[in-house]
Amino acid sequence: MATLTHQESVTAEYLEVTPGARKNFMLIIIAGVVVLVVGIIVSLFGGGGHEAAEGAAAAHGAAAGHGAAAAGHGGEHHGSAPWLKRIIVSLWHNNVFFTGVSAIGTVFMAIQYVAYAGWSVVVKRINEALSAWLVPGLVIMLVVFGLNFINNDLFHWTVPGIMEKGNANYDAIIAGKSGFLNIPFYLIRTVIYLGLWIYFTKRLRDLSLAEDLNGGTSYFHKSINVSALFLVFYAVTSSMSAWDWVMSVDVHWFSTMFGWYVFASWWVSGIAAVTLCAILLKQAGYLPLLKEGHLHDLGKFMFGFSIFWTYVWFSQFMLIWYANLPEESVYFNQRLGGFNGQYTWLFFANLAVNFVFPFLVLMTRDAKRQMIMLKIVSIAILIGHWSDFYLMFMPGTMKGDNGFIIEIGIALIFLGSFLILMTKRLAQASLTPLHHPFLDESVHHTT
Amino acid sequence: MTKRFALGIFEDEDVLLHAVENVREAGVKIYEVFTPFPIHGIDDALGIERSRLPIAAFFFGLTGLAFALWMQIYMLGFDWPMIIGGKPHIALPAFIPVSFELTVLFCCHGMVITFYTISKLYPRWKTPVLDVRSTDDKFVMAIEVNENTDMTKLTQILRENGASEVNQKEMSKF
Repeated sequence: MATLTHQESVTAEYLEVTPGARKNFMLIIIAGVVVLVVGIIVSLFGGGGHEAAEGAAAAHGAAAGHGAAAAGHGGEHHGSAPWLKRIIVSLWHNNVFFTGVSAIGTVFMAIQYVAYAGWSVVVKRINEALSAWLVPGLVIMLVVFGLNFINNDLFHWTVPGIMEKGNANYDAIIAGKSGFLNIPFYLIRTVIYLGLWIYFTKRLRDLSLAEDLNGGTSYFHKSINVSALFLVFYAVTSSMSAWDWVMSVDVHWFSTMFGWYVFASWWVSGIAAVTLCAILLKQAGYLPLLKEGHLHDLGKFMFGFSIFWTYVWFSQFMLIWYANLPEESVYFNQRLGGFNGQYTWLFFANLAVNFVFPFLVLMTRDAKRQMIMLKIVSIAILIGHWSDFYLMFMPGTMKGDNGFIIEIGIALIFLGSFLILMTKRLAQASLTPLHHPFLDESVHHTT
Repeated sequence: MTKRFALGIFEDEDVLLHAVENVREAGVKIYEVFTPFPIHGIDDALGIERSRLPIAAFFFGLTGLAFALWMQIYMLGFDWPMIIGGKPHIALPAFIPVSFELTVLFCCHGMVITFYTISKLYPRWKTPVLDVRSTDDKFVMAIEVNENTDMTKLTQILRENGASEVNQKEMSKF
């Protein structure tokens, strides 16, 4: 940047999704289907299923938080066969993860607009493309919520009669939440969250494309207003969607930290996804304007928000651990040593991958400027936070019957589809927003 | 020990930035540049090496962490064990907030003290300032000279690169 008057020539460049790349995405999906089928077969014929179930029952009895409520409603519902239940839970788990990460594309861009940030202009189109999953996300969310009604595999609070006094399934605690957790209101909320996110994503994208065509600063100023409004809505809906989509799985339990916790997980994964995508594009010969300085900033974001996630995670954990109230600590009882200790290793692996690893690896400046380091860490963060969501969903739904083969299969199917949609949107516009007023600042970015 | 400096005074940061590049290209070693505000890119133009302060910061942080853990484990585990909330005497999760805070405290104070010391910014009776206008609206480029320096040539180089005046100043204790 030593020469301020120096102007690099900026030309439009379009991503070409080669047939080879498209074939790779299809291969990911096919691999996912194969793994899924293998997983179902293993689940159907594999032994040890009953053993695990018994262990689960014992652990469940020991989890005292249920005590008072369990006495209230007589029959524990049993749900579908393990393989079907795992598919439904896994679809929900993956969709919540991928939709949340997808929304981060718009959130990140909106924050950059509101902050008048210039450096991020060269990765702006990646953020726009990341949001491509929101529409299918809404559809899948509604479909899987429908699948829940086969046997109420996901949500305990949807069991018929659970909120009716005198019914065999009656549960006083859940009935107390009926004002918020009822099916019509839940559906309306889900549609509103995703509807808002989709609307604002489309609005920002349209403004951005119009700016490409016509230039001028009016689109930029309009984008700032739209972004500010979006961030206000997102601040509320991200928290509420976390309660609805994730926390209501453990319906007796609640945590005021949970909205932030889920948001932090989405946010750091979203930044890891943007970083990874930027590096892959750069290595494929695109994004000539993306320099070490930009990677450094993305690396700082990943480093900082990995710590932020840990901070929120620990804030939630420590208060519950210290107070040790049965109705609160049941959540960590299940994850630490519950169900014969099935989730204990994942509980600690989660902290190692999402905190210790990025913290130590990305600490130095040089690491944040090297593509290979950022690549390793962003992949680790994405896998780590997928597991974080796994840990949020599985103990509450699958109890002791969890597994990994079906879940990884479904994750691969989601990943392949996500990449197809994302690259499709990425190819629709120039990878560099040519008429963004801050493009020059971004090109001459130094850290 | 007294040092002698040639001071090029500049009016504009862009002119200064280019001048720094050209003067260094002409083979003149710049002692230091004094500006009223930070200028983006001047570190690169001056060829300043990256600070090693982060390494110091890491060890200050490590010291703070070790001290915090030792303090809490010794006090609550050995010196005066108490049962609090039914937890073990040495309950690590409860120690994390204090450990975190002391890590940050040691790190920050250590860094500030180290930085001030190596930059000689500690309080002194008489602060050496080469040209007081560098705290107002002038940009000052200081070049160390001795009796062998060709002053006419140096003045010419500075003038050609936009210096509005070229002065000389002797400074002891710098």
